[in-house]
Amino acid sequence: MQSAQHLDATFAALADPTRRAIIARLTQGEASVMELARPFDMSQPAISRHIKVLEQAGLVSRGQEAQRRPCRLETGPLAEATSWLDYQRELFEARFQRLDALLEEMKAERRTTAKRKSTARSRKDVRK
Amino acid sequence: MNRNAMKLTPQGDREIVIERSFDAPRDLVFEAFTKPELVKRWMLGPDGWSMPVCTIDLRAGGRGRYEWRNADRSTGMSLNTVFKEVVVPERIVHTERFDPDWAQGEATVTTLFTEKNGKTTVTIKIVYAAADVRDMVLKSGMDEGMARSYERLDDVLKK
Repeated sequence: MQSAQHLDATFAALADPTRRAIIARLTQGEASVMELARPFDMSQPAISRHIKVLEQAGLVSRGQEAQRRPCRLETGPLAEATSWLDYQRELFEARFQRLDALLEEMKAERRTTAKRKSTARSRKDVRK
Repeated sequence: MNRNAMKLTPQGDREIVIERSFDAPRDLVFEAFTKPELVKRWMLGPDGWSMPVCTIDLRAGGRGRYEWRNADRSTGMSLNTVFKEVVVPERIVHTERFDPDWAQGEATVTTLFTEKNGKTTVTIKIVYAAADVRDMVLKSGMDEGMARSYERLDDVLKK
């Protein structure tokens, strides 16, 4: 089992579509930064930054070959975040639970406002 | 609190449909989906993520921008949307594209809000630009090996 923190790092890394595309490319075998940058309209330093995030999440490792330092996929951390659909499911579940709580607050607020209005109205009626 | 179950269903080869009910009237749920100060409170990533920027111009042709950051601000993502159709408080159609842009193009998202007996059901249909975006990433080892073999075969046949 991975720690929640590690899973967060995995999700954070996968939350970005460019990084997901890099992972998808790496499922086909290792590649250099230059090779990974090619399909994107992005500079090599920008791609390098994405790769660094993937490395920190333990999803990608770099070879030792001096110049090329090929990137390869580390499948371990992905085992728990088994598929992108599972990832989406988890993301939306968490969001909707937060939304439940927010809606309870909004409903309570509306009740208070409605009560205040009706109190104000009855006061006006008294004045008449 | 009793949690409403969420359904997430793949449809065809490039769609997913998400359905979830909420114990609140429709106009409140619609507000929570479309007012930036409310959106910022729930449309987040994993624990610790926040949404420092959210702008929504809710009208056909209007744009939305959502920016997320993780807890230590080392990483982030953003999403740009364009509203195609807005029927308050029933229906929103928008396209979305991540920033920085990525090869696979934009998705079209239809969000429907229906109310019954004081409960609101939200149905979100996401149509991706390409099938492999939906199914991307992380198949089982065997699938992966097979996919690789077929890709190599493709390459050979192209030559």
